Amino acid sequence: MTNVITSEFGFLFLLFLYGIGAIGSLIFRKNDVLANRWQSFSAIIGSLWGIFFAMGAFVVRDMSFAFSSSISPLLSFSFHIDQLSAFFIFVISLITLFCSVYGIGYIKHYYNKYSIGALGFFYHLFIAGMLMVVTASNGLFFLIAWELMSIASYFLVVYDRNDANNVKAGFLYLVMTHVGTAFIVVAFLLIYTYTGSFDFTSIQSQAALIPAVIKDVIFLLALVGFGTKAGIIPFHIWLPAAHPAAPSHVSALMSGVMIKTGIYMMIRIFLDMLQPVPLWWGIMVLIVGSVSALLGVLYALTEHDIKKLLAYHSIENIGIILLGLGSALVFTSLGNTPLALLGLGAGLFHTLNHATFKSLLFLSAGSVINQTHTRNMEKFGGLIKFMPQTALFFFVGSMAISALPPFNGFFSEWLTFQTLLQGIASADIFLKSIFILATGALAATGGLALACFVKAFGATFLARPRSPEVFHAQESSLSQSVGMGGLAILCLVCGVFSGYLGSLFVNIGTKLSAFQAMPQILTISSGSTLIAPHGFGSVSAPVLFALFVLVVFTVIILIKFAVNKNQKTEIGATWDCGTNLTPRMEITSTGFARSIILIFAGILRPSVQHEIEYHDSAMRYFPKSRIVNLSTQDIYQSYLYQPLNSLITGLSVRFKVIQSGSMNVYVSYILIVVVVTIFLSQ
Amino acid sequence: MVLILILQFILTPVISPLCIGIVKKIKAKFQNREGASIFQPYRDIWKLMHKDEVISSDASWVFRCAPFIIFATTIIVGVNIPLFASFSLNGSTGDLLVVVYTLALGTFFLALAGMDTGSAFGGFGSSREVTVSALAEGGFILSLFTISLIIGTTNLFSISNAEVLLVSEFFLPTVISFAGFFIVSLAETGRYPFDNPATHLELTMIHEAMILEYSGKRLALMEWAAANKFFIFIAMGANLFFPFGIAQSADIVAILFGLTALFLKTFILCAMVGIVESSMAKSRFFRLPDLLITSFILSAVAIGLVQIQSL
Repeated sequence: MTNVITSEFGFLFLLFLYGIGAIGSLIFRKNDVLANRWQSFSAIIGSLWGIFFAMGAFVVRDMSFAFSSSISPLLSFSFHIDQLSAFFIFVISLITLFCSVYGIGYIKHYYNKYSIGALGFFYHLFIAGMLMVVTASNGLFFLIAWELMSIASYFLVVYDRNDANNVKAGFLYLVMTHVGTAFIVVAFLLIYTYTGSFDFTSIQSQAALIPAVIKDVIFLLALVGFGTKAGIIPFHIWLPAAHPAAPSHVSALMSGVMIKTGIYMMIRIFLDMLQPVPLWWGIMVLIVGSVSALLGVLYALTEHDIKKLLAYHSIENIGIILLGLGSALVFTSLGNTPLALLGLGAGLFHTLNHATFKSLLFLSAGSVINQTHTRNMEKFGGLIKFMPQTALFFFVGSMAISALPPFNGFFSEWLTFQTLLQGIASADIFLKSIFILATGALAATGGLALACFVKAFGATFLARPRSPEVFHAQESSLSQSVGMGGLAILCLVCGVFSGYLGSLFVNIGTKLSAFQAMPQILTISSGSTLIAPHGFGSVSAPVLFALFVLVVFTVIILIKFAVNKNQKTEIGATWDCGTNLTPRMEITSTGFARSIILIFAGILRPSVQHEIEYHDSAMRYFPKSRIVNLSTQDIYQSYLYQPLNSLITGLSVRFKVIQSGSMNVYVSYILIVVVVTIFLSQ
Repeated sequence: MVLILILQFILTPVISPLCIGIVKKIKAKFQNREGASIFQPYRDIWKLMHKDEVISSDASWVFRCAPFIIFATTIIVGVNIPLFASFSLNGSTGDLLVVVYTLALGTFFLALAGMDTGSAFGGFGSSREVTVSALAEGGFILSLFTISLIIGTTNLFSISNAEVLLVSEFFLPTVISFAGFFIVSLAETGRYPFDNPATHLELTMIHEAMILEYSGKRLALMEWAAANKFFIFIAMGANLFFPFGIAQSADIVAILFGLTALFLKTFILCAMVGIVESSMAKSRFFRLPDLLITSFILSAVAIGLVQIQSL
C-alpha cells in the first residue's frame, strides 16, 4: 500500500482528484448546494490524500518522472519530488484541508449571488497549480504551473466582483504577478543560454558553465521575481490589496501557502541549482528579510482593515522566514553546513507555523466579516460575547503569531534567533554587524507584532460594540468552527512537538545540492528538547507546556478556593467618571496604534487633516462640525511606483506615433521584425 | 534538590512585595517622610484578598482570567531564572528567550484586560503599555544576548554559573549592556521615568490605568504580579550581570550563602531604583522612545565590543 501511495501514481492521482473536483464543480454549477458540497468534499479528499502522499514521500524516497512529447523537446512535464517538495505538498494539503472544511459553511453566503461552481473550479485549479509549482522539474513546465496558480488565484480575488475595489485589487495583483513572472522568465532564459537546458537536474549538473556575473544577475532576477510573489518589500503592494478582496478561505490559502511558493523556488534555485553561493547573496537576503519583517509589522499597525492588517503580517513573517534562509545562504558560502541547515530548518519550520496560524487568523477574521459585513475594525468591538468560539480561535492565532509560548510561533522564532546568534558569534566584523542588525530587527518585530495583535484582538472582540452590525453577529457555523478549531489545535501541537518537528525540518536541506559536498545530518533535538548547535541553548516544549498548565492551575485553585472562599462578586458598570458610558469612550484601533505611528513618523509619514465647519463662517469661533482625517502616506506608491508609472505612460505616449491603426502598417512592421530576426540569427 | 525546586517556585512571590516596600521606604525617606513599613505591601495584598469584588458588565473571560495568567507567568519566569543557585542548569526551560517571551505573554494579557472593560483609561493604558514594551523588547533581548555571547550560551543558569564577568576582560561590554538592561527594566516594570507607580492621574499612568477596573482578589493578584515582575528584573540584573555568590553546588552552606547574596544584591538594586525614582522626573511619553532606543544602541555597542575583544 505504501508503495502505491509513494509512487508516481500517488501524485498523479492527487492531481487527478483536484481535476475531477474542478470539472465536477462546473458540472454542478446550476445547483449551488450541490456545487458547494462537491467542491468542499473533493478538496477534503484531495488534501487528505495529499497529506498521506507527502508523509510517505518524505519518509520513503525521492521520485522523478516525466511526460515529454517529441513536438516540443524543450517542454517536458517532468516532476521531481524530494523531501523539500514533499514538505511543501504537506503544508499545502494541510492548510487546504482546514480551509475546505471551513468553506462548507462559509461559501453559503455566496448562494444566489455568484456562481458557486466557478468558485470551486478556480479553487481546485489554484491548489493543483500550487502542487505542480512545488514539484515541477522543468523551467517551462514550471512557468505553466506558476501561471496556472497565478491566474486561478486572480479569478478568486475578483470573485466578489460587484465591489469595484475588488476588481481594482485583482488588476493590481495581475499586473504585479506578471511583472514578477517577467523577471522569472528572464532568469530562466539566462540559465538556458548557458546550460542549454530547462531541466532542473541538468541545470544543476551544468551550473558551473554559468559565469559568476551572470549567476549574480540570475540571483537578483529570481529574488525580485519570486520576491514579488512572496511579498517582500518593496514589491509587496499587491498583497494588502489582493488578500482582503478574495473570499476568506481563499485568502487563508493565499497568505498561508501561495506566497510560500516564492520561498520554495528561492530555496530551489539558490541552494539546489546555482552552486556555489557567493557571500553577498545571503547578506542581501538577510537585509531584505529584516526590512520586510520590520516594515511589514509597522504597516500592519497603521491598518484598521482587519484583513489588510493580516496581509501586512504575512509580509512580516515572510521577512522572518527570509532571515532563516538568508543565514542559511551565508553559512553555505562560508562552508558551515550545520549552521546552514539550522537556518534553513528554522525558515521551513516558520513556513509551516506561519501557514497554520495565519490561515487560522484569516478564517476567523472571515467569520467576523461574514457576520458584520465590514472589514473596518472601528465598527467591531464586543464580538467576544456574540462569537465566543471565533474569538477564542482568533485569540490562539494572535498568541501564536506574536511568538508567545507555548504556541508554535515561538519555537520557530527561537530557532531563527539561535541561528542569528551563531552568526554573530562567527565570521568577520562586517558580517557580524549584519547579523546584529538582523537580530535587532527580529527582536523589535516580535514586540511590535504583539502590540499589533493586542490592537487587533482588543478592537475587534473586546469592550462594547461600536456599531449596530455587531448586535446581529452570530457564532460561526459548525463546519467553520471545526476548520478553525483544527488549526488552533495544530498551533498548539506544532508548538509542543517542536523538538521532533524541528529535527525533521533541519535535515530537509541535506538533500539539496549545496550541501552534497559535505553531507551531514544535523541533530538539534534529543527527544522533545530543541537544542541549538554547540550547546548554545535548549528548550523543551513539553516541559514548558506542563509548567504552564501546572502553575496556572495551582494559582487558580489556591487563590480561588484556598483564600477567602466566600468572597462575593458583583457585576457593575465600568467606571467612567460619572458620565454616561458610550462606545465612543473606548479606544479605537487607530487611536491604539497612534503613539507607535508617531514614534515611527520618519518611516510611516503620518498626516493629519482637519476639516472644520463653523456656525458663522465670518466669525470662526463656534465650530459646527469637525472632521479629522488621520492617514499614512504610502512611500512606495509615491516614490517608486508613481514615477515608474509616469515614466511608462510617458514612453507609451511617445511610441503612439508609430501606431497608426492601419492594418497594412502593422503587417509591414511584422515583416520588418521577421527580416531583422532572420539576419540577427545568422 | 526538591527543596531547591520548591524554593525556586515560592521565592519570587514571597520576596517581591518586600522589594516594593523597600523602594517605597527609600522614596519616603528622600521626601522627608517616615513612610509605611517595608512590610506594608504584604498587608495590602492580604487585605485585598479578603475584599469583595466588582466586575464590569462589559468584561469577558479575558478580564476574568488575566490576573491568574499574569500572576502565573511571573511565577514561571521566577522558576526559569537563576535566583540563588545555578548548578541545576535548567536545560528545558531556563532559556533567555523563554523568559523574554513568557513575560511578553503577561504583557499581552495585561494589555487586553485593560481594553476589555471599554473604559477610556484602560484603552489608553494598554496602548501606552504595548508601545513601551514593543520598543523595550529590542534592548531587552540584545542586552541579554551580549552576556550570552560572552559565555556562549542562551541558558540563563549557565550564564550565571560562569566566571564573574566584571573581573574578566569583558568588563566594559558587561557594564554597558547592564546599563541597557537597567533602562529596559525600568520601562518593563513601570518605574520612573517611564511610568509613575504611585499615580492615579489619567494623563500619566500606564500600568495603573490598565488595572483600574480590578478590585478584590484580582486586584491583589495584579499588584502582586507587578511586584513579582519587579523582583524578576532585579534578580536577573543581579544574577546575570553580577553573579557573585550564587550557589554552584547543592551544598547547604553554598545555598545559604547564595540566598544571602541574593538578598544583598536585591537590596542594593532596590536602593538604586529608589534613588533613581527620587532624583528624576517622569519623562513625557514621546521622550521615552529616545531612552529605549538608547538602551537598544548601548546593547548593540556592547555586542560589538564583545566581538572585537573575542577576535
